[in-house]
Amino acid sequence: MKSKADVVIIGGGINGCSLAYRLAKKDFDVVVVEKKYLTSGATGACGAGVRQQWSTRENASLAIQSVKIFEQLSKELGQDIEFRQGGYLIAVHDKNEMRQAEKNVAMQRSLGLKVDILPPEKITDIVPILDVKGMRAIGATFCPTDGHANPFKTTFAYADAARKHGAEIITHTQVTGLRTIKKEIQGVVTDQGTIRTNTVVNAAGIDSKAIAAMVNVKLPLTPFRKEIMATERLEPLFEAMVISFKDGIYFSQQKEGQIVGGIPIPEERGGYKTMPTFAFLQHMSQTLTRYAPVLKHVNLLRHWTGFYDVTPDARPILGEVKEIKGFIQCNGFSGHGFMISPMVAQLLTNLIAEGRITEVLENLNLDRFGGNAIEKELSVVG
Amino acid sequence: MKRSIVCRCEDISEEDVIRAIDEGYTDIEELRKKLRIGMGPCQGRVCIQLVARILERKTGKKIAKIPLPTVRPPLVPVSLGTLASEKHEK
Repeated sequence: MKSKADVVIIGGGINGCSLAYRLAKKDFDVVVVEKKYLTSGATGACGAGVRQQWSTRENASLAIQSVKIFEQLSKELGQDIEFRQGGYLIAVHDKNEMRQAEKNVAMQRSLGLKVDILPPEKITDIVPILDVKGMRAIGATFCPTDGHANPFKTTFAYADAARKHGAEIITHTQVTGLRTIKKEIQGVVTDQGTIRTNTVVNAAGIDSKAIAAMVNVKLPLTPFRKEIMATERLEPLFEAMVISFKDGIYFSQQKEGQIVGGIPIPEERGGYKTMPTFAFLQHMSQTLTRYAPVLKHVNLLRHWTGFYDVTPDARPILGEVKEIKGFIQCNGFSGHGFMISPMVAQLLTNLIAEGRITEVLENLNLDRFGGNAIEKELSVVG
Repeated sequence: MKRSIVCRCEDISEEDVIRAIDEGYTDIEELRKKLRIGMGPCQGRVCIQLVARILERKTGKKIAKIPLPTVRPPLVPVSLGTLASEKHEK
């Protein structure tokens, strides 16, 4: 392990690894410290979706720019990340949802996104197995350039490319402390030794809160256990991800053929519990077969849990904190860290390399929770 | 050419596992995520012990010290129709 680095990134998930790659490519001496193995946190448990249809401008623009990077990422990293653009179909169930959908679509279009509002009879043109009556939809929004990628392959590809550019990625190593002198980062203490550095990126998912607490920075993060399931492999049935904000459900068919999807269990509460529940299996299978009755003949193979690190406005915390120089946050992704990771890495690289702060970074700084009114992201599922 | 299958569900051979270990994936969870071993209908009952054995041979780490992947329910495939038909009992 190196004893000195320009930047130490805590957390070997998608955001830690993509940032390590961008920085290493700019000749920064980077070390990633991961407690378990790469993708062992939220990245490895996630639903793999890449969506640009958000209600807040920040999330939408981060996602739109991320898709542009995803589109050429397999080529850039030299490994197939299985990015496929089958679109996202968002069910709209009532007049209130339709009003919000119209607002969202107008904002998304102003950012240059191609997105449409579909009448109910068009829904099965996109996803033939859906039962429009069963899903109680009065319409849908559809963006054809949304899609999904393989979270493991994407993270591993970023990590490999980062190593090629000289980054060191250390797994099974726990951060036990942060060194500061006069409110400036001086180093990272791990159970394998200390690394001297003036820049630390906190990309530790739900553990980010504990990392920040080491230097008395309080992050407003709440862990939410989320459950997700996969079926056996099937012939290709549909390409789009289907989601509903009202029912909380999302599901898609992956490249290998399995259907992967999730839904919040009705009695969901914040906390660090990881046990999967039977309530989820029941609620998921009932809702999924209501949306697509033909799936009742399909076997579910497994279900697992992962965490959303949720902020009060469901938007990430990015950038340097005011209290400690050199302490940069990259967390609070609230369930959509994978899909915006390409652009997050780009913004934080610009910040670290050139001190450049864009409007998006400014709006997503920790200090937004200081008592002012905040705009909450409404388009959340799972 | 001889090809020893380790994971029948995902058609992964011993050579595939060895290559991944050589690339640096030296943990069953990492190998699982790289190769999809244990993600098929058998949920790892066929392959995981074999992979642990290959890992022991390649890395010298004793099989008892190699952590097994998390067990994910249900242990056998169950149809969504069966799961959906269950009424919630208070």
